[in-house]
Amino acid sequence: MKLRMAKLPWIGMLVFGLTLLWSSIFIDADDVSSAVLDAETERIAVMAGARQTVLAIFSADGAGGGSGVVISSDGYALSNFHVTSSTGDVMQCGMADGRLYNAVIVGIDPTGDVALIKLLGRDDFPAATLGDSDLVGAGDWSFVVGNPFLLATDFQPTVTFGIISGVHRYQYPSGTLLEYTDCIQTDASINPGNSGGPLFNSKGELIGIVGRGSFEKRGRVNVGVGYAISINQVKNFLGHLRSGRIVDHATLGATVASNAQGRVMVSDILESSDAYRRGLRFGDEIISFGGRPIRTVNAFKNVLGIFPQGWRVPLGFRHEGKKVDVLVRLRGLHSASELRALMQQMPMEPPPEKDRKKVPSPRKESPREPSIDDVAEENLEPEGPRPDDFVKKRTGYANYYFNEFERSRVWEAMSGHGNFTTVAGAWHFEGSLTGGGRFALDLDDAAARLTLPMDEVLVTLTDDASRSLDPPGSGGLLLTLAMWRRLLVHGPEDFGQVYYLGTSPLPGHDGLVDVLVGLYAGIECHFLIDPVEGDVLSVEMFPGEDVDPCRLRLSDYQAVGQQQVPHRIEISHGDDIFSVLLLDEAVLESERGRP
Amino acid sequence: MIKHRSITLSPRNRRATLVHVCRATIVLGIASCLATRMFASEAFSEAIATTQPNVVKIYGAGGFRGLEPYQSGMLVSSEGHVLTVWSYVLDTDYITVTLNDGRRFEAELVGADPRLELAVLKIDAENLPHFTLSDAIEATAGTRVLAFSNLYGVATGDEPASVQHGSIAVVTNLEARHGVFETPYNGPVLVLDAMTNNPGAAGGVLTNRRGELLGMLGKELRNSLNNTWLNYAIPIGELAPTAEKIILGQYEGANTDEPRVQKTDYPLTLDMLGIVLVPNVLERTPPFIDRVRPMSPASEAGFRADDLLIFVNGRLIQSCNALLDELTYVDRADAARISVMRAGQFLEFTVRAVVDDVEEGR
Repeated sequence: MKLRMAKLPWIGMLVFGLTLLWSSIFIDADDVSSAVLDAETERIAVMAGARQTVLAIFSADGAGGGSGVVISSDGYALSNFHVTSSTGDVMQCGMADGRLYNAVIVGIDPTGDVALIKLLGRDDFPAATLGDSDLVGAGDWSFVVGNPFLLATDFQPTVTFGIISGVHRYQYPSGTLLEYTDCIQTDASINPGNSGGPLFNSKGELIGIVGRGSFEKRGRVNVGVGYAISINQVKNFLGHLRSGRIVDHATLGATVASNAQGRVMVSDILESSDAYRRGLRFGDEIISFGGRPIRTVNAFKNVLGIFPQGWRVPLGFRHEGKKVDVLVRLRGLHSASELRALMQQMPMEPPPEKDRKKVPSPRKESPREPSIDDVAEENLEPEGPRPDDFVKKRTGYANYYFNEFERSRVWEAMSGHGNFTTVAGAWHFEGSLTGGGRFALDLDDAAARLTLPMDEVLVTLTDDASRSLDPPGSGGLLLTLAMWRRLLVHGPEDFGQVYYLGTSPLPGHDGLVDVLVGLYAGIECHFLIDPVEGDVLSVEMFPGEDVDPCRLRLSDYQAVGQQQVPHRIEISHGDDIFSVLLLDEAVLESERGRP
Repeated sequence: MIKHRSITLSPRNRRATLVHVCRATIVLGIASCLATRMFASEAFSEAIATTQPNVVKIYGAGGFRGLEPYQSGMLVSSEGHVLTVWSYVLDTDYITVTLNDGRRFEAELVGADPRLELAVLKIDAENLPHFTLSDAIEATAGTRVLAFSNLYGVATGDEPASVQHGSIAVVTNLEARHGVFETPYNGPVLVLDAMTNNPGAAGGVLTNRRGELLGMLGKELRNSLNNTWLNYAIPIGELAPTAEKIILGQYEGANTDEPRVQKTDYPLTLDMLGIVLVPNVLERTPPFIDRVRPMSPASEAGFRADDLLIFVNGRLIQSCNALLDELTYVDRADAARISVMRAGQFLEFTVRAVVDDVEEGR
């Protein structure tokens, strides 16, 4: 650089002059390079943007609360379960614009300590951009925004700055329920009141939800060790949270322990688990899980913690010297009643990590949680519609209003494929089997019949729907097809009971898909639906608990009259593909005869 | 010897500063066209990547009464020498060291200097990444630093230690003798503006932003006057001479395992000195004095109840059993140099058994 300078002395002189001018204006500027000043300017801009998305949350009666962050312009926002559990279903949120908004609870994940809420009154809320927390590493700059100790009576949030101290941290359940898996550790100050607020990366992207600190003998104030729930975990649960349900975490149905060689081995396994049915046994070595190599028990628990109940997750293990790769369906961690019972035991605030003998603090008064009483009177007029119109109580749900809302949304998307209620008569399909030969398939409200080259299978659908899982080996193909037709023809209102589960991955499909669950005559059916196109991509029929479902993969949609009908139906059960039906003729009759 | 390279932040003369800014403006102006992101994430990644392999997790005694059974340490030789703080965690025959790559080793205590609160462990391994103590540099106030430790035991196996950032607020001497901080160490410390000295962090690494070794994080210290906690590191320069001697086997009296030349036929006993230890109930009961008989040689020398015996004739004593064994090498006719720890202070006494008692003893 010295050489270049010698060749371009006039540039040097120009910059020299500018620098003199600069330093005469700004006293300290001669100690600071322009790059540092630029970085500072950029950082200020990033933080100014990020602050707009942050909430100070209070309960409707003005008692305690915490922080939150808006993630969509229509007002969905994230916080901690341990924050919203103390505020009730309706809360008030102050934003950096100095205004107070009404908000309602949407869905909760008590185990993961996440809550989704929705602000009311605007469709243009400033929203944070979700980052990719798997790209976060130790040493990255990060900042936390929130309302510690209610420092801001005008809702202007506090920004604290630090670095990422570690990633993929595992923190044991504290108290009864809250388990922080795969979380991000930061040395940015996190204090009471920061709970539920955002952790941002240097670009201002949301990478985590702050929720916990290592507090021990020094009282409940920052000790430079704070934890945030990774945003990638939240993304996995977001669809479920939007369902308005009380969302559960998952277990493999097996426990693991590390042996003397540092390998992670199956130390116990439930024979009723999907993992067992996929071949996992006591003593097998876990090699990978959820796409990550597994070398410690913590790493295994981290993976387990980031997926909702029911998802199928890749598992690699060594069984009798042979490496096996499977997709394993995760079981619920709690039963519905267990989850409710545990939630009632939940303390309003997570206790310190370990109850140790505390050294007395010189300050008698411990830092208190924010209270709306501290807020200036004129700010206490929440805007927007009446929040009670957005709350519906129902057992098992945080807010059933949002389940109905999402179910309607999905059904509307499905209607893009045609209104099947007009073709409620007999359906007749013909085509070829991939193994050779022809088939014919007849479906109506009363029965399902499959005619194969050598065989004919009939399942009648009386009121106490038949439990026949014919044809043998399919896991219940005819019943599954009948359930599929039933949903399309009768709709979610008349199917039986239908609720919106959330979102799920689907092998061979990019991104997450919507899942509707239909319950009819003791049968549980999962309908996996493309959130944009509205195609039913897959149907999974569970004839009972702890049994492999019959899975249909529906593709090659083509128009038949006014409706779109899949022309390829792949049937699988357990580890095997049972058959593939390729349709070349499809007739959908209206109830009174041909359309 | 330790190379000292000081970094000064004193103001340069104005002309030099302007030339510097002028250059920097051009260089960085060009650079900023490509990327203005000094704020960007990779700021510390190199320093962290080179430092983490040298940081180890140490597990040992404790686990009750708020005493965490773990601390941190750093590799200081390719053959597996680990520098850490001397603490109750090492008060066991079963010290485990977990490397950054997840490998676990049984470690032995090679030596310790309680006055510096320093200990050196050894694991049976080769070709390890490590810090070279003589490369450590001297730091001054204002230096921006990274602290690496396994605070709160959050990392296990191959999970890397926690990293925190901050600045050196001041380089000062601990006022240990005034009883403000309970530690025998009263040399210079690097006081930090970051919350680094948490449970389990002791023995951790302090580097500058380039990953160059500056200090070792000390034990948790609470200021008894104002009840605040001190965040600090001990400069490597204070520790290196002793640590290097221990590693070379040249540290007088530090080695606990070196065989003694010869036992004496007429050994000294505690009874002769008037010292009664706490009941020896554990395999490694720390050798605390339970009581000192009035008018006894120990009483006159200045021993008191609750003193923890550290050295006998310069040899490190870690348990009641070790003390009793050590005394079998001390002839009752000779004076014994016995060092104790009392309320964080390190005291040394010379005591000799009364001859009459000796006669009677025979």
